[in-house]
Order: sequence, then C-alpha cells, then structure tokens
Amino acid sequence: MTDHPAIAARELSATYGSRAVWTGATFEIPSGSFTAILGPNGSGKSTLVRMVLGLLSAAEGDLEVLGKPPHRGNPSIGYVPQGSHFDPELSIRGRDFVGLGVDGHRWGMRITDRANQETKVAKAIASVDAKQYADRQLGRLSGGEQQRLLLAQALVGMPQLLLLDEPLSHLDVRNQQAMVQLISDVARERHLTVLLIAHDVNPLLPHIDHVLYVAQGRLAMGKPNEIITSESLSRIYSSPVEVLKDSRGRVFVVGLEEEVSHPHD
Amino acid sequence: MTELHHTAIHAVINNSSPQLSWNPFEDLATLFHFEFMVHAFQAGTIIAIVAGAIGYFVVLRGSAFAAHALSHIGFAGATGAVVIGLSPIAGLLAFTLGAGVAIGALGSRLRGRDVTIGIVLAWTLGLGVLFISLYRGYATEAYAILFGEILGISTSDVAVTLAAGVITLIAVGALYRPLLFSSVDEDLAAAKGVPVTALSIAFMAILAVAVTEAVQVVGVLLIFALVVTPAAIAVRFTSRPAIAIATGIGLALTFTWLGLAIAFYSPHPVSFFITSLAFATYVAVRIAEPLKTRMRRTTANATA
Repeated sequence: MTDHPAIAARELSATYGSRAVWTGATFEIPSGSFTAILGPNGSGKSTLVRMVLGLLSAAEGDLEVLGKPPHRGNPSIGYVPQGSHFDPELSIRGRDFVGLGVDGHRWGMRITDRANQETKVAKAIASVDAKQYADRQLGRLSGGEQQRLLLAQALVGMPQLLLLDEPLSHLDVRNQQAMVQLISDVARERHLTVLLIAHDVNPLLPHIDHVLYVAQGRLAMGKPNEIITSESLSRIYSSPVEVLKDSRGRVFVVGLEEEVSHPHD
Repeated sequence: MTELHHTAIHAVINNSSPQLSWNPFEDLATLFHFEFMVHAFQAGTIIAIVAGAIGYFVVLRGSAFAAHALSHIGFAGATGAVVIGLSPIAGLLAFTLGAGVAIGALGSRLRGRDVTIGIVLAWTLGLGVLFISLYRGYATEAYAILFGEILGISTSDVAVTLAAGVITLIAVGALYRPLLFSSVDEDLAAAKGVPVTALSIAFMAILAVAVTEAVQVVGVLLIFALVVTPAAIAVRFTSRPAIAIATGIGLALTFTWLGLAIAFYSPHPVSFFITSLAFATYVAVRIAEPLKTRMRRTTANATA
C-alpha cells in the first residue's frame, strides 16, 4: 500500500467557460477506498472526473492523483466514460474493444507481442464474467453486457484507480446490484481505489466507504451514514434538505435538485 | 487522358465491341491485349485496395456522408483547375483536402455537422456549374470527372495512383490503433491520451486523397460504390476489424475487376457495372441476413 492518498484536493475550483462550476473543494480519497460521487445533474461531477483524468485543468487550487499532478493518458487510471453505450451497427467485437484498452493509444498496427496482449484481454474479460459474449458484436449486446466489457476495458491496463462515470444509468435494478457487487469484488481483490458517479445511492450503500456530494457549487465528503442525513446536508448547503427513508430502507434526498441548470458536460 | 485513348475507347465501345468466346482464357488474353485495359486494371486494383481499407473506418466513424460530400466539393476544384489551365486532379485534390481538414476540425460530435457539410456541398456544386460554363468545349472532361474515365488512364497516371495509394495505406497503417480507438469511443480515447481532434483531421485528409484517387474510376457522383458499399457489406459479415478490412478490399477488387471485364465486352460504361455490382451485392446481403437469422432460430428451436 502506498502512503499517499489516491486523490488529494486543496482549495480546488473548476470553471466552465467564465462561470464557476464549484469552488474551494478540499478532500482526500484514501487509497483502496470506494467512493460514490453524488449530486444533481450539471453540478459538476463529470468535471471533477475530467480533472482527475488530466483532460481539464483546475481554475484554482491543487490536485494530486496517486501522488502526482494529473496528466492525460495516465496508465494508472481505468476509466469508463459517461453515456457509453454503443451504436447497434458498431462493427467491432467486445474482445477487440477491451484490447484497445491495452494499446489503443499506440501508433501503428499491433504486430509484436500479440500473445501477451491476448492473454491480458482474456484475463480482463474473465474477471468480469464476460467470456460468453466477448466475441459478439459490441453494439448488439445488452446494456449490462456492454457495461461489463467497459469495465473489462478499464481493468485491462492494471490500473490503481478506477473512474466510473455513471456506469449504472442504463441498467435495471437487478443489473445495477450485480454490477456494483462486481466492481466492489474486483476492487477489493486488486486493492483498487474506486470513484463512481451515480444518481441513486441505494444500490451502492452496502459497498461504499465514502460519499462525495457535489451540489450548489460546493463539494462535501464524508461517510455515507454521516453525510446523507437531513441535518448534515442542510448544514453543508445552508438550505433545507430532507433525507427520506422508505419501508425497505432506501434513502431519497430531496431539496438539492433545484440546481441552476448547467449545460451537461 | 489523350485523344488516342479516347479513340481507342470509342472504337471499342461504339463500333467493335469484342465478342465473348467460349474460352475464358482467350477472353482474358484479348482483354489484356489492349494497353488501356492493362492500365485500367492496374489503377483499378490500387484504388480498390485503398478504398476498401479506408472504407471500414468511414463506416465505423459514421462518416459516409462526409466521404460523399468530399468528392462533390472536389468537383468544383477539378472544373476550376481546368478553367485556369491546371490539371483537374490537382484541383480535385486541393479542394477535397481543404474540405477534409475543415470537416475533420468540426469533429464528429458537432450537432448538425451534416447540415453544415450539405450547405457547403451545394454551394461548391454551384461553383462547379459556373466553371463548366466558363470553359467552353469542356463537356467530355466534366463527364469524366462526374462519372469516371478509367479507360483513359496513362502509364504516368498509374504511377501517380500507385504512389498516392502506397502513401494512403502507410498513413492508415500508422494511425490504425488510435483511429480504431477514437472511432469506437472518442471520450475514452481522449482520456487515454489519443489526440482525437488531430486524428480526425488526419483521417479526413487521408480520405480526401483516397477519394481523389477513386474519382478516376467511378467519378465524383458514384464514389459511394467504392468507398462505402464494400465496407458496409463487409461489416455485415464480421465484427473483427482486420477481417472486415480484408473483406472490404476483396469486395472492392471484385466489383472493379468484374466491372472492367464486363464493360470490355459490352457497349455500356464501366462505372455502371461497378456501381451495379456493388448495389446488387448489398441488396443480396440485406435480403439474405434476416433469412439466415430466421433459419438459425428455427434450428435452435428444433434442437431445444
């Protein structure tokens, strides 16, 4: 285990054009932890992920990713972008797609080291239980199958940090639970740090260590049972926020969604 | 293309279409007896390989309309070049390259990209019409640019086509993996460090060169048949990129060779046969596909 946190932010601010998305974010994501990033649409959750990926620079403040400043193409990060579901006509196999996670950024054609590459791909596919359909056309697979192959692609480069931008959005409840279980198992086995953006915290609750709330221009981090309460969210955002529980123990946050709408990034 | 070639073509096409014998080897020998047919096969082969290879990426990236538009925009360049006394191919290349770089810079995700391209396309076709009217006695050249004139290719044309073809294929090979990556998922490729915008521009520039080459065979109006149709058929058979590219090349070669051979023994133009072969194959594949799936389902039900 490393002694530095997976992600450390100090007084970090993000801007979209000339407008501030969020400001003054200070938090630390411990190495090997599972964190859910929650918050209304357009609050700047993907902005944070893009910053960690090195695709966007901070307007102010410091950000360290695995002990270093963020940089594009960081091989220690496995990433699943938002809204990744493929065109049904997209003519490529799941296996080829996972293979691009190994060397898709390299110039030229794959000539040498094929056997090694194929072994890595096969291992990644096996680790997400996708062997059965990995040789079928990616666009024709179900949402759940595509998400598993996207995860395999993120895992194939042996990363230390997983950034998953809404991997559950296009799945039904059962698939959501299966997917979270899979992510959690793989992460524990490989000591990965996971940051997962979600809309609904409920399928995540049994697995996550921390919640990072992004709303109304501010970020707040804490343990799920400490931060997802009416008192704490109302205090953080200085406006009345209610956390409701239904008979099955599911939680619902009311009062943060009235966000001034930002263009969705 | 020279007057001599035109005479040869018209002799073949209008007066004395060679008759098919019952001996296919003898027929082939007759066909290659003519130098212009040898040149046509040489240039056609090079162009089919390039078009088949690049076509896979055109289909994968959903850039079929951009490819089509490039050739039409090139028409204004070709006719304009003739007006100021330059080679039509030079004008064609300049315009397709310019348009290709501009379209590439727009990026694939820009909403309404096709509308923007269409608007430019309509204007440049208008320019083309103006250039034709400015250059009197130009009908044959314009016809050749619009519909292709592979039977009028000279030895030096073949050499230029070969050089351009080799450069295009090397460029596609060099960009292969990142191009595939950014075609499948641009966000992911960008996060992995692939320069997606530069790549999009580079790809459109390569496509512009390929389109300029292919115009010699099928002309600007029929470019789809060589650049898009073979790849569109190939991806219905396989979802392995390398095999899809090989299949696309194979189909483009088949259409070109068969089209040339049939045209040699008939009074009708080569472009017609190449486009018809491409179209017929596409239709056959689209009809056969649901039948195959239904049969597979029936077999599966029977065994279950």
